[in-house]
Amino acid sequence: WDETHFGKMGSYYINRTFFFDVHPPLGKMLIGLAGYLSGYDGTFPFQKPGDRYEQHNYVGMRGFCAFLGSCLVPFAYLTVLELSKSLPAALLTAFILIFDTGCITLSQYILLDPILMFFLMGAVLSMVKCNSCADRPFSASWWFWLSLTGVNLAGAMGVKFVGLFVVILVGLNTIYDLWDLLGNLSLSLVVFGKHLLARVLCLILLPLALYMAMFAVHFAVLNKSGPGDGFFSSAFQSQLIGNNLHNVSVPEHLAYGSVVTIKNLRMAGGYLHSHWHLYPEGVGARQQQVTAYLHKDLNNLWIIKKHDSDTADLSDPSSPVEFVRHGDIIRLEHKETSRNLHSHQHEAPLTRKHFQVTGYGINGTGDSNDFWRIEVVGRKAGKLIKVLRSQVRLTHVSTGCILGSSGKTLPKWGWEQVEVTCTPYLKETPNSLWNFEDHINPKLPNISLDVLKPSFAEILLESHMVMIRGNSGLKPKDNEVTSKPWHWPINYQGLRFSGVNETDYRVYLLGNPVIWWLNLVTIGLYLLMAVSTAVTLKRGVQLTSELKELSRVVLRGGGQIMLGWLLHYLPFFMMGRVLYFHHYFPAMLFSSMLTGITWDTLLWFCAGFLSPSTTARKVYGGGFLALVLLTMYSFYLFHPLSYGMIGPMASDPSSPMAGLRWMDSWEF
Amino acid sequence: MLGFLKNPVVVTAEINMNLVALTVMGLISRLWGLSYPRAVVFDEVYYGQFVSLYMKRIFFVDDSGPPFGHMLLALGGYLGGFDGNFLWNRIGAEYSMNVPVRSLRLLPALAGALCVPLAYQILVELQFSHCAALGAALLILLENSLITQSRFMLLESILIFFILLAVLSYLKFYNLQRHSSFSGSWWFWLLLTGVACSCAVGVKYMGLFTYMLLLAIAGLHFWHMIGDQNLSNVSLMCHFLARGLALVIIPVAMYLSFFYVHLTLLYRSGPHDQIMTSAFQASLEGGLARITQGQPLEVAYGSQITLRNVLGKPMQCWLHSHTNTYPIRYENGRGSSHQQQVTCYPFKDVNNWWIVKDPGMQQLVVSNPPRPVRHGHIVQLVHGITTRYLNTHDVAAPLSPHSQEVSCYIDYNISMPAQNLWRVEIVNRESDTDVWKTILSEVRFVHVNTSAVLKASGFIGASLPEWGYRQLEVVGEKLSKGYHQSMLWNVEEHRYGKSQEQKEREVELHSPTQMDISKNLSFMAKFTELQWKILTLKNEDTEHKYSSSALDWITMDTNIAYWLHPTSGAQIHLLGNVVIWASANVAALVYICLSLWYLVRRRRKIYDIPEGAWQLWVSAGGICVGGWAVNYLPFFLMEKTLFLYHYLPALTFQILLIPIVLQHLGDHLCRSLLLKSMFSALIVAWFSSVYLVYCTFSPVTYGEPSLSVTELKDLRWKDSWNILIRKQ
Repeated sequence: WDETHFGKMGSYYINRTFFFDVHPPLGKMLIGLAGYLSGYDGTFPFQKPGDRYEQHNYVGMRGFCAFLGSCLVPFAYLTVLELSKSLPAALLTAFILIFDTGCITLSQYILLDPILMFFLMGAVLSMVKCNSCADRPFSASWWFWLSLTGVNLAGAMGVKFVGLFVVILVGLNTIYDLWDLLGNLSLSLVVFGKHLLARVLCLILLPLALYMAMFAVHFAVLNKSGPGDGFFSSAFQSQLIGNNLHNVSVPEHLAYGSVVTIKNLRMAGGYLHSHWHLYPEGVGARQQQVTAYLHKDLNNLWIIKKHDSDTADLSDPSSPVEFVRHGDIIRLEHKETSRNLHSHQHEAPLTRKHFQVTGYGINGTGDSNDFWRIEVVGRKAGKLIKVLRSQVRLTHVSTGCILGSSGKTLPKWGWEQVEVTCTPYLKETPNSLWNFEDHINPKLPNISLDVLKPSFAEILLESHMVMIRGNSGLKPKDNEVTSKPWHWPINYQGLRFSGVNETDYRVYLLGNPVIWWLNLVTIGLYLLMAVSTAVTLKRGVQLTSELKELSRVVLRGGGQIMLGWLLHYLPFFMMGRVLYFHHYFPAMLFSSMLTGITWDTLLWFCAGFLSPSTTARKVYGGGFLALVLLTMYSFYLFHPLSYGMIGPMASDPSSPMAGLRWMDSWEF
Repeated sequence: MLGFLKNPVVVTAEINMNLVALTVMGLISRLWGLSYPRAVVFDEVYYGQFVSLYMKRIFFVDDSGPPFGHMLLALGGYLGGFDGNFLWNRIGAEYSMNVPVRSLRLLPALAGALCVPLAYQILVELQFSHCAALGAALLILLENSLITQSRFMLLESILIFFILLAVLSYLKFYNLQRHSSFSGSWWFWLLLTGVACSCAVGVKYMGLFTYMLLLAIAGLHFWHMIGDQNLSNVSLMCHFLARGLALVIIPVAMYLSFFYVHLTLLYRSGPHDQIMTSAFQASLEGGLARITQGQPLEVAYGSQITLRNVLGKPMQCWLHSHTNTYPIRYENGRGSSHQQQVTCYPFKDVNNWWIVKDPGMQQLVVSNPPRPVRHGHIVQLVHGITTRYLNTHDVAAPLSPHSQEVSCYIDYNISMPAQNLWRVEIVNRESDTDVWKTILSEVRFVHVNTSAVLKASGFIGASLPEWGYRQLEVVGEKLSKGYHQSMLWNVEEHRYGKSQEQKEREVELHSPTQMDISKNLSFMAKFTELQWKILTLKNEDTEHKYSSSALDWITMDTNIAYWLHPTSGAQIHLLGNVVIWASANVAALVYICLSLWYLVRRRRKIYDIPEGAWQLWVSAGGICVGGWAVNYLPFFLMEKTLFLYHYLPALTFQILLIPIVLQHLGDHLCRSLLLKSMFSALIVAWFSSVYLVYCTFSPVTYGEPSLSVTELKDLRWKDSWNILIRKQ
């Protein structure tokens, strides 16, 4: 399944070819590193799910992920122990995580999620540890935990952007902490300043530095041209070995008679392109198609001509070179077909409110609809136009519209290239900006492209923009059945990891339903307990010291965990991108910790009513044991989900799993 | 006995002349020359359609919001005697004589005018001085964008009116709370809060933000009451229940009642019928109801039916077949079965009729008594005109090669057997022995041999090429993930077949269905469906010339041209008062910075201002900054097309903040007398500049007088404004 993605990216690191992915690089770098250390040579193609690994050494990568995945259990155990100071609560949490089929399945394979969850839990654990060191600030252990929090935050952010939620959690906790310190009048402002500085250093500067370092390594390792080039701008591409922009030299200023390629500035924008095919009947005028095309091709070449003069005098080698200036009116002739770039008031093929752009005329003679005014963004009239660096706008002279690429893919007749239109809305978007990439003019001296070597900050910014765009581009298609966030806590539908048919070895990602439903009930129960505790305290009821301690655990400890759950779950409701079941797992970790804390305090509270302490202890122990046994038994029932099953599907009554298909939506 | 006569009857009336004067000014500014221009202005073209449909009682669905706002606009039309006969097709079209322009625009204008005294009252209730209150009201009065927006048949001014009313009545209620709980006026203001909130939500969903804010504030105030040890548990409970009733139950009930009135008013079928399910359509007069009246309810063996796909996207369609076959090879070289095409056809046609047949029997008529088809039964579907059987097999479908082709079986004698058994699964069944019902049952057809599910492809562009006459593709879906609506079908037209012979049957199929029974949906069922459609219906993302992003609004980098005189340069723009917008931003910034400063200092036990003043400062900020934030920030998360007028509710709250900040600065930061008088002088100067800007822009606010080209060019204070200048 997704191993095809992340495994492949691991191979890219080993082969040092550049690629593009919507997630930050740390997770994939670690996978690549693990593969490298365990002797994987990066040659397995990872083409489609279900391919056999044959002789390739993949165990290292899987083992690495599984190791990180299994670290979650002790982390959760320590966190709960620290928050509730109760061994049974911590044990209960640990058992829940050990026996949850979903967590097991997810951490067995080469995926980013175990790595993400490792850093996430690491951050939570060190935050909690740091809080409990609050009584001896600036001690060695305090510094250790504080900086470890920072390191883990950088790690979580570096694996997936979902790590942002844990950053917010830690941030809120820190603000609360500082607010507390500020109200403590026994601390002088100088001491408070020290606290503030320490946190800024460890929780902001340190993670930022690490995060940038991560990208620096990413760009340093991937220095060969690869499949991700087209997503990036011309300047970026010139950095990659093997790309045709690497170490080339072109004339610097645009001149009449030059042959150029014109690239759209939108991320993954494509080159202005035309070919010998006409728009089909019923789509605007029946003239030659003009599109945007992502690949390099001879049909991307255009010749710049003056609007009023003919070709002849330009090809004459003796005539002086005349540069194109900002504000000039030009004509663009397609080199292969000798047609002019043309627009008119017919509606564009897909974006109906824009005008159609076509190739028109024979051998360069067209009409006044072929004239375009060339303007550089943010420059005055009369200035020269630089190749690669100038952002150019092409305005159609007679209708006043602007040449742009709508980003929509044309149907079959347009060879699934991208639509080019002329937009009448005069807005400044990258869609309507272009730059000149290749530039061929024998009469002009070439300069080296190294002058436009982008700085690290620019590269960083650009790669983030591309990632964000990529992420928001992952929209569900029409009518595709996608997983909805409300499905997740009720364990409504799993994810098929491998194997579809009856004879295959099937793995199905589905949480242990007993545990998940227990977690779900616990969230309601916790809210009830928290509200009643808070109201009781607010009403000023006098509590015994034992109950006070319990209420502190419920409100402070449980509150932190609950906040974590909310932060890792609610934002998904607002996301427009495609969502998968495994996105819930970070929230599920918090939910499991909450279960441990809640049931422990609840049992304590109930047992507290029974007068002889021996009966109380028996009730408490019995309840705890029952919960643990319940999780173990349910794991025994459901373990084939994660360790794989063969045989008929569960919808078939003869399958051993038939009785376990408790919901119709499960497909194992 | 006549003791009461001993004292004279005295009526004391207290009239706040400020309030009266403000109301009068508000009315003048909003109502003056209301029927000018006598042409369709901007979104009137959109809301006008709905008013017309209300007048004609024709059902429609508007995905932009709930119906209360539309109903209010329609009320204006009703009072003005509008008959609904006007073609709302283009902005700028002249109104014909039968359109009562004035009364259509009257309600929004009144609502806009009343915002002025409301602003005054809100500041008084927040316990700021009458001077500050007067200032707030005047700022609202002189804000050009609010004037423009309330002078036309648009919903924002009504929304702002209800929002302000809700805030005011909550403040009144809260101030009464301290000394006279559960008194008459206490109840009045509490209930009014709930009613105004539900009205605001009913006009536009944006009202929900303010409603949530008020709920949160009420919750916070109640939380403080819990801490009050003087109140008994019982009285706390009473308070809680009273608030629950007024702020939750009444708004929900009111909201439902809007829909009830809406559905009662609109009982005729109309242009948006197709979006709704068959059952809903059947409940409207005309349209589908005319056909389905009197159909037998239970589908039986031998029934003649048409099957409509439940999804209805990209368009509604019915299962269809015709004598043409699939081409032997498709354009991309894949092969087909060359059997008869089965498609989904968006129009009514005699080829949409199918006959339900029992696989064990030969006859195609309904026996007497009819044998109903139940959930889980196995049937064959016979195409009425060609008498071929619905069939699917392991051949790739024309457009979706991962699914199976569905065809009407033709026996070519090439070892491709017929596989025409389908299991009927009623998805919305109550028990496993449910009978398949016309219109009501949503049914999946599961193929017995391959367990593929009959499905209309339903994605955009699912129409077949020329050989399939651009009809929509139908496939057998092998991997059925969950219950997607494209796999569900319901019977729309239905009759019991009587004809044994094919010739007679064709005649029967061509004749309209006749028999008579009526099916009525309950109100709740209709409400749920309509509400769901309103929330899920998505218009295609349309680019608009005047759409803007939320970030442009604070600085007013954008405007909207509402109307342009056909010949002269007179024009109307949605354009705010620049000075007010800028000072509102400054006020918000000052408020936030000062609050942070105070908060941090208070934490260190340094009290800069008296406790009472701090409380006032916090509660005023909670309402005004809170109101601004909840009405503005959510737009950053929205993906729909946004316009400048979406910012107006937030702006109103921000404007209320200006006098609050000014008074605070004057009272607490200007300590010396000299500073105080300088401050007052500054305020006077600032206020006159507000008035000047109002006057400067009033030609584009009211649309008169007409300006010359140079004057228009002078008005273009920002390059990003789009002021229309006629080419000479």
